[in-house]
Amino acid sequence: MKKFINAVDQVENEMIQGMVKAYPKHLRKLDCGNVVVRAEKKEGKVALISGGGSGHEPAHGGFVGEGMLDAAVAGAVFTSPTPDQVYEGIKAIATDKGVLMVVKNYTGDVMNFEMAAEMAEMEGITVKQVVTNDDVAVDGSLYTVGRRGVAGTVFVHKIAGALAETGADLDAVQAVAQKVIDNVRTMGAAIAPCTVPAAGKPGFELNDNEMEVGIGIHGEPGTHKEAMRPADEVVDLLLDKILADIDYAGSEVAVLINGSGATPLMELFIINNHVADVLAAKGIKVYRTLVGEYMTSIEMQGFSISLLRLDEEMKALLDAKADAPAWKE
Amino acid sequence: MVDGKKVIEVLRAIGVKIEEQKEYLTELDQPIGDSDHGINLARGFHAVGEKLPTVEDKDIGTILKTVGMALVSTVGGASGPLYGSAYMKMGMALAGKTELDMNDFLKGMDTAVEAVMQRGKAVAEEATMLDAMIPAVAAMKEAVAAGAEAKAVLDAGCKASWAGAEHTKDLVATKGRASYVGERGLGHQDPGATSFSYMLECVKDSL
Repeated sequence: MKKFINAVDQVENEMIQGMVKAYPKHLRKLDCGNVVVRAEKKEGKVALISGGGSGHEPAHGGFVGEGMLDAAVAGAVFTSPTPDQVYEGIKAIATDKGVLMVVKNYTGDVMNFEMAAEMAEMEGITVKQVVTNDDVAVDGSLYTVGRRGVAGTVFVHKIAGALAETGADLDAVQAVAQKVIDNVRTMGAAIAPCTVPAAGKPGFELNDNEMEVGIGIHGEPGTHKEAMRPADEVVDLLLDKILADIDYAGSEVAVLINGSGATPLMELFIINNHVADVLAAKGIKVYRTLVGEYMTSIEMQGFSISLLRLDEEMKALLDAKADAPAWKE
Repeated sequence: MVDGKKVIEVLRAIGVKIEEQKEYLTELDQPIGDSDHGINLARGFHAVGEKLPTVEDKDIGTILKTVGMALVSTVGGASGPLYGSAYMKMGMALAGKTELDMNDFLKGMDTAVEAVMQRGKAVAEEATMLDAMIPAVAAMKEAVAAGAEAKAVLDAGCKASWAGAEHTKDLVATKGRASYVGERGLGHQDPGATSFSYMLECVKDSL
C-alpha cells in the first residue's frame, strides 16, 4: 500500500482537521471527535445532519454550509460513525425546529443513527430521518435490507438543505427529502479497486480486462463482473437499468456523473457526452448536469450515474443559494 | 461459579483472540461485505481493554455494560451496535451480580441473542451472527438439562457455534451488507458468526 498518510489510525482525524483548516469560514470541528458543523450555528431552521464512513470526500463534510447540511459525522474509513458521535453532532446543531438525519441505507449507518436519535430524543430533541436508497444495482426486494444509498444522496443534501434554510418546518423538510429519494436513481461501475488504509490491501480484485458492474460506494461487490467495454456501452448498461426503474419519459432531470476517486474528469466528460445523447434521444430533458467528485470511494477507479426526476419545487431548491466547500450556488 | 475477576480475564482473552484473528475476520468480510469486520472489532476490544481497569472492582453487570458502551462508541459499522447492544443488555440482565453460575450465564446469553435480534431486526437463517449464537445457546441449554459439567456445556456450545458459522455458507444473506451480493454470498462464512464463535471459545478456554 502506497498512500500519502502518516499513520493508519490517524487518517480520519487528520483528514477532518485538514478539511476544517481549508475552510475555516465554513466549518468547525467538534472537540469530541470527527464531527464537522457549520462555523456559525444558524437558529430558527430545521438542522440537517448526515454522515457515514470516511473515504467519500468531499462527502460529507464538504456539504456542510449555508443551504445544505448543518453537521456531518465521519466514521472510520468506510465504517459508519458511532452513535455517540452522531449524538454529539445532533446536540451541537439542534434548534427548536428539530433535526433531520439523512442516512444512507446501509445496515450499520441505519443502526448507529437510530441509536443516536434514541439518545437525542431522551434529551428532548425532536429527530426525524430519511433513508436514501438510490442504487438500482442491488435488488430492492424483500430479501435484502433494501437498496443502498449512494451518490444520489447529495441531491437530498442540496434540496432538503435549501428548503430548511427558508425556515420550513421539520415535516416539510422531511417530505421534500423523501420526494428527492423517491425520484433519484443511481448505478455505478468500477475498473480498479480501492484500499482501506487499515486493511492495507485492495477491497476486491479485478483482472486487467474486467469491470465490476453495480459497485457500491465502499468497493463492495455489485451485480456481476464482466469484460471491459467502451465507455458508451458501459453507460448504456447502467442507464438501461436506471431508466427501467422509474418512468423518466417526458420529464426534466438533474444528472450527476460522480467520480469514485481515481477517474479523471476527462473520462467523466466522455461518459457524460453519451449520457446526454441517450437522454436527448429518449426525450428526457436535462435541466442541470453535475460532473465531478461528490461521493468518492477513496481511490477507486469508477463512476456512477444519478438521474433525479425534477418538478418545479425541486428545480427551484436545486438552484437556490448554497455555500458549502463542495457545493456553491 | 465465576467472579468479576474471571469475567475480566475472559474479556481480555477475547481482545487477544480478536486481535489474532483480525486479518482472517477481515478477509471473510471481503467477498460479501466491505472488508472491515476484524479491523473494527479489534479497535473496539482495544478500547475495551483500556476501560477494564476502571471496573475491576465493580459487579459483573457493570463490567459488561461498560464493555457494551465501549464497543458501541468505537466499533461503528453494524457490528458496533450489535455487539454493543448484546453486551449492554447482558450487563443489564446480570446487574448487581458478583458471581455467575451456569444459569446466570445462559440467562445473559439469552438476553444477548434478543438484543441482536431486536437491534438488527433479524432472525435465524439470514447468514448473520445469530446463526452461531442461537444454536450455541440451544446446545448449551440442552447440555445443562442433560446434567453436563460447565466445561462440557461450553464445549457443546462452541461446537454448535462453529457448526452454525459453517452453515452460513449455505445461506443467502437477507440482512446486512452481505444481502446485496445475494447468491454470490453462498459459500462464504459470515464474519459475525465467526467472531462470535471465537468469543465463546474464549469463555470455554477460561474454565
